[in-house]
Amino acid sequence: MRKLLLPAAILFALSACSGQDTAPATGDAAAPSAGESADTGADGQGDGLVVYTSRNEQLVKPLFDRYTEETGVEITYMTDKAPPLMERLKAEGSRTPADVFITVDAGNLWQAANMDLLQPIESEVLEANIPDNLQDPENRWFGLSVRARTIIHNPERAPASELSTYEDLADPKWKGRLCLRTSGAVYNQSLVATMMATLGEEETERVVRGWVDNLAAAPMANDNAVIEAIASGRCDVGITNTYYLGRALKQDPELPVTVFWPNQAEGGRGVHVNVSGAGVVKHSDQPQAAQAFIEWLSGGTAQELFAGENLEYPANPEVPMAELIQAWGEYRQDLINVSQAGAMQAEAVKLMDRAGYR
Amino acid sequence: MQATAEHLIRQDRPATAGAARWWVWLAVLLTLPSLIPLLATAGALLRPDAEIIGHLWRYVLPQVAGNTFWLLLWVGAGTAVLGTALAALVSLCEFPGRRLFAWLLVLPLAMPGYVLAVAFIGLFDYSSPLAGWLRDGIGWQLPEIRSRAGLVAVLTLTLYPYVYLVAREAFASQGARAMEAARALGMGPWRAFWRASVPMARPWIAGGVLLVLMETLADFGAVSAFNYDTFATAIYKAWFGLFSTDTALQIAGVMLLVLLALVGMEVVTRRRQAFTAIGTAPAARRPLGRRGWWATAACSLVVLLALLLPLGQLGWYASGHLADHDTRYFASIRNALSLSAMAAALTTAAAFVIALAARERPGPLTTTTTRITTLGYGLPGSLLAIGLYVPVASFSTWVFERHGIELLLEGGLLLLLVAYGIRFLAVAHAPVSGGLLRIRPSLVEASRSMGVTGARQLCRVHWPLLRGSFATAALLVFVDTMKEMPITLMMRPFGWDTLATRVFELTSEGEYARAALPSLAIALVGLVPVIALTRRRGNAA
Repeated sequence: MRKLLLPAAILFALSACSGQDTAPATGDAAAPSAGESADTGADGQGDGLVVYTSRNEQLVKPLFDRYTEETGVEITYMTDKAPPLMERLKAEGSRTPADVFITVDAGNLWQAANMDLLQPIESEVLEANIPDNLQDPENRWFGLSVRARTIIHNPERAPASELSTYEDLADPKWKGRLCLRTSGAVYNQSLVATMMATLGEEETERVVRGWVDNLAAAPMANDNAVIEAIASGRCDVGITNTYYLGRALKQDPELPVTVFWPNQAEGGRGVHVNVSGAGVVKHSDQPQAAQAFIEWLSGGTAQELFAGENLEYPANPEVPMAELIQAWGEYRQDLINVSQAGAMQAEAVKLMDRAGYR
Repeated sequence: MQATAEHLIRQDRPATAGAARWWVWLAVLLTLPSLIPLLATAGALLRPDAEIIGHLWRYVLPQVAGNTFWLLLWVGAGTAVLGTALAALVSLCEFPGRRLFAWLLVLPLAMPGYVLAVAFIGLFDYSSPLAGWLRDGIGWQLPEIRSRAGLVAVLTLTLYPYVYLVAREAFASQGARAMEAARALGMGPWRAFWRASVPMARPWIAGGVLLVLMETLADFGAVSAFNYDTFATAIYKAWFGLFSTDTALQIAGVMLLVLLALVGMEVVTRRRQAFTAIGTAPAARRPLGRRGWWATAACSLVVLLALLLPLGQLGWYASGHLADHDTRYFASIRNALSLSAMAAALTTAAAFVIALAARERPGPLTTTTTRITTLGYGLPGSLLAIGLYVPVASFSTWVFERHGIELLLEGGLLLLLVAYGIRFLAVAHAPVSGGLLRIRPSLVEASRSMGVTGARQLCRVHWPLLRGSFATAALLVFVDTMKEMPITLMMRPFGWDTLATRVFELTSEGEYARAALPSLAIALVGLVPVIALTRRRGNAA
């Protein structure tokens, strides 16, 4: 034990050092524009921006670095899942160091707005760059990338001619051929929520029950598993976000799985889309700087990086999509405002519980 | 002469009573942080949302309760049998490779449950290369891994070391005399084992199994990989799906009842019994002869499944993403190591105070402090995170807005370390209180009668006898902190990213293969202290 104490003491010392490492970093951030009021350095707040985000660091770090390069504004960030970050923002209230909140899923963004954590922003740039259905009607958040949740299939075992709509996957002809991710996945929750908004509760529940009856295997923990299940012949069709398939195809271009765009017929509601997006934190002490950053994120450079890196679709229609996903062709989006997904999410979860969709 | 003796006693009594009272007050003080999440839970119970509760009651909780029950039962039984059997083999028998296995079998401790779950699904699921090869090659279909049996296997393989470690300690420290006495009474080796060794090790085994059950109850990573709904997943559903933190806390209230029932059962097993060691002569190991190779095979299989296969799987995935490795990894490793070391030291010290207070002053007060401080291990970390962070931060905000005073309670290391303490105190408490059990009260009295009291008594009497228990406690907390994710995510100060937060960031966007590198790092970095400690202790034994 005595031998264990020494390393422990050393680690203590080390940790003290690394604690100091972070302080000068924020100090540096404050240095370039010394004119503005220096804030408490301890919480990571200088003149730079503080971002709370649930997005992958590997994805957002290059963006932050690029922004710093272009504007000199340093960005400090904290990652966690969206719901804990929201609780954190709420509890920190007016003391929060955060300026910008970036997360995936319109349900989370809607909830953040609903909890009064974000402030409305008037921005011509954002209005011009981001289509109406991808932003909060009250301008408290804006979608920055589009994530299409579509049908994927093995074209040999389930030819495209057999496929038509999400609802059709409830048809008994798909019995034992369908694979789905769990109902705990927020993307399934938003899919079902928007279906409820369009089809009504009763019809949606019938469809979801049909899906459950058609499952070839218990719902899977992630979209990758659904893709692998189709590739290995366990099932013929599934529903996933396209970028998961994009990544899988990048690894193995021979994968016998491809995209089908459902509900494209005339009068059909189109492919369900969700967003990742951002808003200015209500108690940010530099809302202009925060807004400028979000505006930059909606522009060409950032959009290409943001969507391209993760094979998502850019929210800004002017920006071209990544090459790999161009091959899947154009599709018509469901134009329902994505904030509906948030408003109906809790009801969707309950509906899936009732239908036995685990 | 008599007068002198009486005089001595009179002098002695108040002094020790004073010291004991001091320990009790310290224990009560250490209990206060644990009360915050409990009060948050109690507060939520006052704000029921009838509609959500009605829904959960009808469609979610019945299945969740059944699932949780069966999972606890099977994982409890599995780890009790596997942990005790392996501990008995390496401490009471002699077989080829015994010395090697004695410490190899501890190592799965460093493997996070969520990592083993993902690795097992990757290895044995329908779409895995192995399953495909068996299907196409010899027409054999592997049984469904994503089932209750599969989950029980995964949790048993990650959690059995909790039982193994304490049972081995118990078998090693109970001395040879008990076994010899049983043999002298005409019992065969098997009967002697069942009638003497196992009963004497029972509080340790029960303590280990209790830890396993708490960890199983709190687990979110492994159960969600298997899409197996328990109370922990119901909490996430209430919070993330139904946007109701109050309901999440209310479900935690139900979990607390389950926990209290588990703790109650464990208490019953050690009632009115003494478990002090009879002498310290180490037990002679029984040679198994040719049958010893079976023991070797069994131990090898456990090490293979719980350690080598998942490490190999991770290594294979990680090798495809080595480009992700950059200098920031060293910062993550350093942060993870420092946090784990600090948490281990502080939590073990707190556990010692609480265990000592309960021993010196047994009674309702110290029983309560023990119960409250050890409950945290049975609650999902995410829940402790909101149950502690939100009240503390809200309070600071309130103080700041009313009085303009910045309390700086959160956002630093302090709150994070306190949270680790609340979460992992039970892990440190089990070996430390077990170690205290082995110290005969007469020994303490003897030292007291020789005038060795207070700090000197701690150094001269308790410390040498408890060193092993302290090391075990610190090791368990260290490794658990290393693997911990939700508390670290919510409470780490800026710049304190760890390996676990990297795993989170990658898996949150479905990048499981890329998450292999930090996962492998967690396992390997966690292995180092486990190896250092167990090898040293193994050689000493």
